[in-house]
Amino acid sequence: MEIVGIDQISPDQVIFFTWGLITINATLVYTWLIMGLLVIGSVAITGNLSSERTMSRWQNMLEVIVGTIRQEIADVAKEGADTYFPFIGTLFLFILLSNVFTFVPGYVAPTSSLTTTAALAIVVFFAVPIYGITKNGILEYVKEYFRPTFIFFPFHVMGEFSRTLALAVRLFGNIMSHEKVIAILLAVTPLFFPVVMQALGLLIGLIQAYIFAILAMVYIASATQTHEETEHNQKKETGPVKI
Amino acid sequence: MDSVSIVAMASIITAGICMGIGAIGPALGQGRAVQGALSSIAQQPDERNSLTRTLFVGLAMIESIAIYCFVIAMILVFANPFWVYVVKKAGG
Repeated sequence: MEIVGIDQISPDQVIFFTWGLITINATLVYTWLIMGLLVIGSVAITGNLSSERTMSRWQNMLEVIVGTIRQEIADVAKEGADTYFPFIGTLFLFILLSNVFTFVPGYVAPTSSLTTTAALAIVVFFAVPIYGITKNGILEYVKEYFRPTFIFFPFHVMGEFSRTLALAVRLFGNIMSHEKVIAILLAVTPLFFPVVMQALGLLIGLIQAYIFAILAMVYIASATQTHEETEHNQKKETGPVKI
Repeated sequence: MDSVSIVAMASIITAGICMGIGAIGPALGQGRAVQGALSSIAQQPDERNSLTRTLFVGLAMIESIAIYCFVIAMILVFANPFWVYVVKKAGG
């Protein structure tokens, strides 16, 4: 069951009801559904945590997820990984859940609408200077824009905007294109082949969620890492390569 | 040929050309990236995790160019602004 027609490229165009100026479309409904699921699930699981030898299955699952995300962040950020964990972890879990639920009939991923992905990318756009300034101070942060010389200032600024656009369009394009491919395949070769593509869609959704989170982390890490630190890291000699 | 069919024909042909030509560059780039990553993993299997992570991020960067082309093709086919304009003009 597809609620987005084949000639509509965004779930924004699927309107459930209108009440005065307020229009409730599919993107809003499913975004709130995912948010509610995340919040209720987290509260329900963390309500009875145990540090005994036995623990509930849900706690075990949550520990695996949280541990993996923290390890990945620590690999990129090198230091202070716990500062970024709430932000990056929330981004990852939200995008992952909204992508993975596409196998439910009647569901349409909120990330297949440009509005959702643009909102997420704008959040990252503002998070980068906030983290950078709180870590290094405003002077050190602004100085990064003028390295190596002041000529590079417009390019740095342009890079900030273009990578935000890329972040939004990449997630939107991947998820939307996948939904369109499935809709077209359903019309051409029903029954078997769309199922295989749905399975592939789970992989695409996972990879895109990972990429979005890791790119946000890389941007934040590049803003929080000062120039001196980078030079220091490069000086470290690596051992001889064993072949 | 009236203007409606000219706009429709131009949009569809351009969408196909955009996707076709736009996929060439990213395909070559991704091939080179995977080749480099595979030979690196073969030389240093211990570094597999960080190599794989960097590879995925790099692939996403390269792939986004093809995705831009795809988005433009989709806009041309499904949400073409000129199409709406021309249909409104033709309708009265």
